[in-house]
Amino acid sequence: MSSRDSIFADLRKSLGRTESLGADKVAELQQRSDVAREDERPQVSGDLIERFVVKLTAGAGTVTRVRDASEVPRAVEQYLEEHQLPPKMVAASNGLVGSIRWPDGFQVEHRPASRDDRVSVTGAIAAVAETGTIVVSSDNESPTTLNFLPDDHIAVIETGQLRTHLEDVWSALREADEMPRAVNFISGPSKTADVEQTLALGAHGPRRLHVIMVG
Amino acid sequence: MQPVSREFKIHSSKALLDEKLSAALARTQDGFGGQRAAAVEALPEFQKIRERALRIKNHTLEHLDYYLEKFEREVQAAGGHVHWARTPEEGRKIILDLCEQAEARTVIKGKSMVSEEMALNPALEASDIEVVETDLGEYIIQLAKEPPSHIIAPAIHKTREQITELFSENHAQYGLTEPVTEVADIVHEARTVLREKFINADVGITGANFLVAESGSTVLVTNEGNGDLSSTLPKMHIITAGLEKVVPTFDDLSTMLRLLARSATGQEFSVYTSVFTGPKRNTDQDGPEELHIVLLDNGRTEMLGNEFREMLRCIRCGSCLNHCPVYGSVGGHAYGWVYSGPMGSVLTPLMVGLGEAADLPNACTLNGRCEEVCPMSIPLPRMLRALRVRQFEEKLVGSRVRASLGAWTWLATKPRLYQAVTGLGMKMLARLGRKNGSIRSLPLAGGWTQARDLPAPEGETFMQAWARQNRNRGARQ
Repeated sequence: MSSRDSIFADLRKSLGRTESLGADKVAELQQRSDVAREDERPQVSGDLIERFVVKLTAGAGTVTRVRDASEVPRAVEQYLEEHQLPPKMVAASNGLVGSIRWPDGFQVEHRPASRDDRVSVTGAIAAVAETGTIVVSSDNESPTTLNFLPDDHIAVIETGQLRTHLEDVWSALREADEMPRAVNFISGPSKTADVEQTLALGAHGPRRLHVIMVG
Repeated sequence: MQPVSREFKIHSSKALLDEKLSAALARTQDGFGGQRAAAVEALPEFQKIRERALRIKNHTLEHLDYYLEKFEREVQAAGGHVHWARTPEEGRKIILDLCEQAEARTVIKGKSMVSEEMALNPALEASDIEVVETDLGEYIIQLAKEPPSHIIAPAIHKTREQITELFSENHAQYGLTEPVTEVADIVHEARTVLREKFINADVGITGANFLVAESGSTVLVTNEGNGDLSSTLPKMHIITAGLEKVVPTFDDLSTMLRLLARSATGQEFSVYTSVFTGPKRNTDQDGPEELHIVLLDNGRTEMLGNEFREMLRCIRCGSCLNHCPVYGSVGGHAYGWVYSGPMGSVLTPLMVGLGEAADLPNACTLNGRCEEVCPMSIPLPRMLRALRVRQFEEKLVGSRVRASLGAWTWLATKPRLYQAVTGLGMKMLARLGRKNGSIRSLPLAGGWTQARDLPAPEGETFMQAWARQNRNRGARQ
């Protein structure tokens, strides 16, 4: 008997059965939908944007708000100046980020990040007010390394992408044909407290996470 | 690792004298404990979320075969592979074969307690594969050649000076010769060294905090982002997990995630929660070519069928360690195997054998804090008592203790005799302690009185006092 079969035989023995579940029970389990009631998840009241900003900044992320997409390049420029970074970036090529017209002198490459890239710019598929989190998913125009290798990760999101709870993100993902290879929920810059319980930023991932919120 | 839990008494005695360790443990328990309390306080719905989590896990365990089959089907549909390991040896073999297939010279690892169960690192090294732990805490203890002392903060027992020294010794080979003493510099140096390893690794091995049956996804929660680099850069990603980690849907996952970080570090949500489904797609520009998930049994199927089923609800948050006075005194290494604290005292005997870890269930005051703070409401004290009963039944308890317990049972089941004997005992103890109000040493209880005095009893047993009060009350009426 293979290990797989013997594991399943033992699982069923421990559950007091000899066979897999009957068709009726399977049908019942397939129908199972158990979503948290309102009192079974954190209450999110008031302005979603405000809540998102409070939570994200509590996790050491930073946020700039702009009125519309045309102001994004200027906001990126300001961020780079503030941190004395050259206008050289790797960026996703989808959605709003893909359509940005970068100012002259900006070097923007659309490709996966490599070791020496300092700054990346991506979009997001959603943001969650409950936790102050941006959700970035992998696809051919938004390689996952952009979210993790550079020192500075700039994410551009639109206020319309803001969701209340985590559950709202899953329902959006389920509507797509298939799950992306990676869906990254990101709530701030990389951090660690492994040395004497003292917090330090930039353990392995980005040292800074900056969100530009449009709208 | 080979269990050395038999030496619990020796190791814990040593640990009690280690002042640096005591300071580190106090810092950890105060830090994590205080942060957890604040996080729970800030969430009025916490108790309801906890009840819901309990319901979800019980439902999943009751239909575990169904959900695991569903998970396996979905992984395969997404282009991944599931491997089943009955024992740690089988798990090691599967992973070694995969590494060989990938012609791996370097493996980078995210933190995985299941890979510790498998004692994976020495096995890989024996096959001439370089293994590099990338969670900062795990990396530090790998350099120190020590096992983790806490499931979520493996290097809490190390001081900054010790880490400075370890880095000096090990990083000179990379041209980093200046000793780093500040926390930020230590973190930066580890980042620099490990970045090279990430870029050049052939295989990435990580654990999984949850498996989602609905989509065949694995979920990894970290603050550092090391798990994401380990799972994205190498051409093969291997995920190790216990087979109890499955949850039915993403909605169920949301509930678990709300409890995990709060219970572990007191964070509302960890920095990175990553959901992986299958390998790199044809159109993707990065990600692993191959994705393999190794699910380990190692006693779990058996636990499902006995009084330890509820232990399979454990989400490895470490909260019970952070609130245990025994763990807080002796630290994780004394427990002698992969898991420590209350959850380790239950799991170790079940996974490596009760005879190997006989002291662990007894190293517990049964104060109940672990159960109170467990997000999955696992009755740890009841399980520790059940293991003590098992020990007695399996004759793993020494003959002197057995004889004493036998004599006690004989006496305690004869109420009149019991009251006469205890009444006499109380009188004698009261007389012994009459002068000082306490007793400095007692025959047969030297171990107890060695470190403290026994307050002298008043001279009456509870039953005698009860009877006297009743008599007085009767007289008054």
